[in-house]
Amino acid sequence: MNIELKTLCEIRDIRGEAGNFQVEIVQNPRYIDESKCIACGACAEKCPKKVKDPYNMGLSQRKSVYVEYAQAVPLKYAIDANTCIYLQKKKCGACKKICPTGAVDFDQKPETVMLNVGSVILSPGFAPFNPEKFDNYQYAKYPNVVTSLEFERILSASGPTMGHVSRISDHQSPKKIAWFQCVGSRDMNKCDHSYCSSVCCMYAIKEAVIAKEHEGDSLDCAIFFMDMRTHGKEFERFYDSARNKHGIRFIRSRVHTITQIPETDDLEVRYITEAGDLKTEVFNMIVLSIGMETSPEVVSLAKRLGIALTPGNFCETSSFEPVSTSRAGVYVSGSFQGPKDIPQAVIDSSAAASACGEILSAARNTLTKVPEIVPETDIAGERPRIGVFVCRCGINIAGVVDVPSVAEYAKTLPFVEFTSDNLYSCSQDNQDSITQLIKEKNLNRIVVAACTPKTHEPLFQETLISAGLNKYLFEMANIRNHDSWVHKSTPELATQKAKDLVRSAVAKVALTQPLKEAELQVNQTALVIGGGISGMAAAGSLARQGYHTHIVEKSAQLGGQALNLFQTAKGERIQEKLSELIASVAQNSRIQVHLNTTLGQVNGFVGNFKTTLSTTGSEQVVEHGIAVIATGASPHVPTEYDYGKDRRIITSLELDKKLMEKDESLKSLAAAVFIQCVGSREPERLYCSRVCCTHSIDNALELKEKNPDMNVYILYRDIRTYGEREYLYKKAREKGVIFIRYSLDNKPQVVRNNGKLVVKVTDHILGRPMELETELITLATAIIPNRDEKLASFFKVPLNADGFFVERHAKLGPSEFATDGVFLCGTAHYPKPIDESIVQGKAAASRAVTLLARENIHTSGTIAEVVPTVCSSCGVCVSICPYSAPSFIEATARFNPGKAQINPVLCKGCGLCVASCRSGAIRLKGFDNDQIFAQIFALNEAV
Amino acid sequence: MSNANPVIGSVLVVGGGIAGMQSALDLANSGYYVYLLEKSPSIGGVMSQLDKTFPTNDCAM
Repeated sequence: MNIELKTLCEIRDIRGEAGNFQVEIVQNPRYIDESKCIACGACAEKCPKKVKDPYNMGLSQRKSVYVEYAQAVPLKYAIDANTCIYLQKKKCGACKKICPTGAVDFDQKPETVMLNVGSVILSPGFAPFNPEKFDNYQYAKYPNVVTSLEFERILSASGPTMGHVSRISDHQSPKKIAWFQCVGSRDMNKCDHSYCSSVCCMYAIKEAVIAKEHEGDSLDCAIFFMDMRTHGKEFERFYDSARNKHGIRFIRSRVHTITQIPETDDLEVRYITEAGDLKTEVFNMIVLSIGMETSPEVVSLAKRLGIALTPGNFCETSSFEPVSTSRAGVYVSGSFQGPKDIPQAVIDSSAAASACGEILSAARNTLTKVPEIVPETDIAGERPRIGVFVCRCGINIAGVVDVPSVAEYAKTLPFVEFTSDNLYSCSQDNQDSITQLIKEKNLNRIVVAACTPKTHEPLFQETLISAGLNKYLFEMANIRNHDSWVHKSTPELATQKAKDLVRSAVAKVALTQPLKEAELQVNQTALVIGGGISGMAAAGSLARQGYHTHIVEKSAQLGGQALNLFQTAKGERIQEKLSELIASVAQNSRIQVHLNTTLGQVNGFVGNFKTTLSTTGSEQVVEHGIAVIATGASPHVPTEYDYGKDRRIITSLELDKKLMEKDESLKSLAAAVFIQCVGSREPERLYCSRVCCTHSIDNALELKEKNPDMNVYILYRDIRTYGEREYLYKKAREKGVIFIRYSLDNKPQVVRNNGKLVVKVTDHILGRPMELETELITLATAIIPNRDEKLASFFKVPLNADGFFVERHAKLGPSEFATDGVFLCGTAHYPKPIDESIVQGKAAASRAVTLLARENIHTSGTIAEVVPTVCSSCGVCVSICPYSAPSFIEATARFNPGKAQINPVLCKGCGLCVASCRSGAIRLKGFDNDQIFAQIFALNEAV
Repeated sequence: MSNANPVIGSVLVVGGGIAGMQSALDLANSGYYVYLLEKSPSIGGVMSQLDKTFPTNDCAM
């Protein structure tokens, strides 16, 4: 309602200043009137012009008039002017003739529109690298060399091969597939991109695993790579299971050339193994793992708008303001900020929203629209008067099912007062007419026989509300997805099934009662647990958006682990910026800092938490509406490599300390050795700590700067300088830092002999043991989660096997918990550098503000309820609920002590507890037993 | 911000992929009017083209 989609639009210019911009945009013609198009598809059926379908990466065809995909939003057709016969040659016009609503309009012209906005977020995305110029791999010439994005479409059930993995040349199933990594990334020679695209290693593994799932275990999948970069949450474990469980082969080699074998169209690959041998292998299909780049259009847009870019043509940002562009009031999110995966893009985007809120909070709710509230009719005591609306869905349903006869049949059912059939029940005019009919015919329950409630139930419920009916007096019969689509060849039986489904829905809705949605106020105060960099970012953002915020910090000062860090990957001195951040938090009148404080107890739930804070002996209760968990993580204390036995063997943080203290002794070192993955990527700690490669390389460069003659060695397993951090890796090699790879089963050894410090390691190129004499060994230690089980139980939020908190959804809900009102950021979620910690702090704030801004929460009507007299207090519901809604009533309570109760605010109505309750004591409102049985018994006749 | 220079309670989000959609939803739910600009005929971006996403194996659609 408050998002206006402006499709087919481009931005021309931004004038004005932060808080008040005038934006000029160009609205390109769709050639279809959006208000008239009902997406019936008749135009595309008639259109004679077939073109390659870009949505399927050109692997299939579509018409010149098209929707991009079946679930497109808005679901409106568009005409591709570059290929349309009429727009090119003024002939044809078949679509215009067939369109039942007269939506086709060839006279549309580009229009300039001016918008007045407070701020702008740039999230133009990336362009997939086009490997045609990468001639070693002959993508343009060999049909069975495909890009990873083409392969995604091949894997997709809605794609050109309906999910069947097949070759382009002969549609045969491949027996052997190879993936080539770093196509369009980490390569200056062929593609001019020296950055890492961050996502390709992980998606290649995913594609290989899914391909094996589709085609069976006999499919051979091999991934050719340089460094395996699985640095995200749960990624290393996935890599491990791909290798050990799914049998995917990982070959560390950059393939030089491939040749096509005549007749078979198979592809011969020549590569050099780690041992240095030249090998030849034949594959049926090759997938190029293409990287991301900023499209030339976006580069020119940035130049036009005065937005500074990085050397890789991404938007320039600082580590401390990671979503701010070089222009005030203009923010950035997603892959234009730097190559990144979905969760990171989702985190950025919430952070960018927070950044806008921070400058616009004075104007909050000034331009938003509020739905009009129609008073609800009381139907208590009325006998059911059911209206049944049967939808044709254009030809989608009516092409198979005899819709008028279904509507006619519905008239004969008990309590049915009115039936009709509509071309499109969901069109605006039909919504209006249903509203009118409800009032006229005095209908008190509605059945719509159409498509799926998943997409359309909310729409029809709105219609009920606008007619003054309780929105739960409604039922849908899905006669499209469950009927006309799957029984195309047997229309008579399909019509019969439609009648059965309608009868069943009518039987259920007759027993439906109005359901109430309780309302409760959201306390407008926030509590942030953890005063590290992400906690402070969250608190600062919440406060700047107008919310009073408490920060709880267990130590005596704000700053967390950042206090121990020297500089960022972008070379910013951390302590300077950190002091500024601490000062800004301390000076903010809306922020109350509680140092030396821990949580004693947490009561309540979303909107109404009561938390007891313990500060050195004294206790204080704080009431708050939301909580942000930003409790951070700790550095691993190594037990290997003789750590603690020699002062020349230190951790990364200890080296940072020396650098911050400008330790003069560092200049005189003749040699320094860094050992990577100390405590990370081990069987007992199967995750990558994400920051250590960049950290060590950064510090190695710092040492080289101090003394260019110093021999600096980095002993590593895979270098994971993702994104534009890759430049540091390149620079380090140029400056002469020596990288030596080791494997988990052949780790380096530290030997101390007569005061000499020596690291023994097997060189991966020469295959020979080497001895590096050194005066400093820096151990790149893992980031260890705090495994805070007490906090987890306070807020009823889960921890994963490693001890990090588990977010609501790995991709789409990274900064919040499944438990409402509790949010997550920083290294308590997963190891991450400063910029990503700040971004997630702001993101958690944004997610929290979406809740705080509502001021009141409405519970759903369809929620579970315990019948206490039947409850046996077994606790199954308490342990099974993913949202922590059930709990036991206190043993001392006057009524129903010890019985289960369900918090209506937290319940999502999933029904898990209902199905699991061994006493049958839980009912799900709107899905009561009698309703479900009536629905089933109504189908009795059908079987 | 002073009253003389009032700020505007709306935001323009350029790009309707997963990032733009998330920003738009957060802002609209926080009390701002949002224009979501997209150069193609429908929103969704590249994520809609992906088959499944790790680790939940959810359909990316």
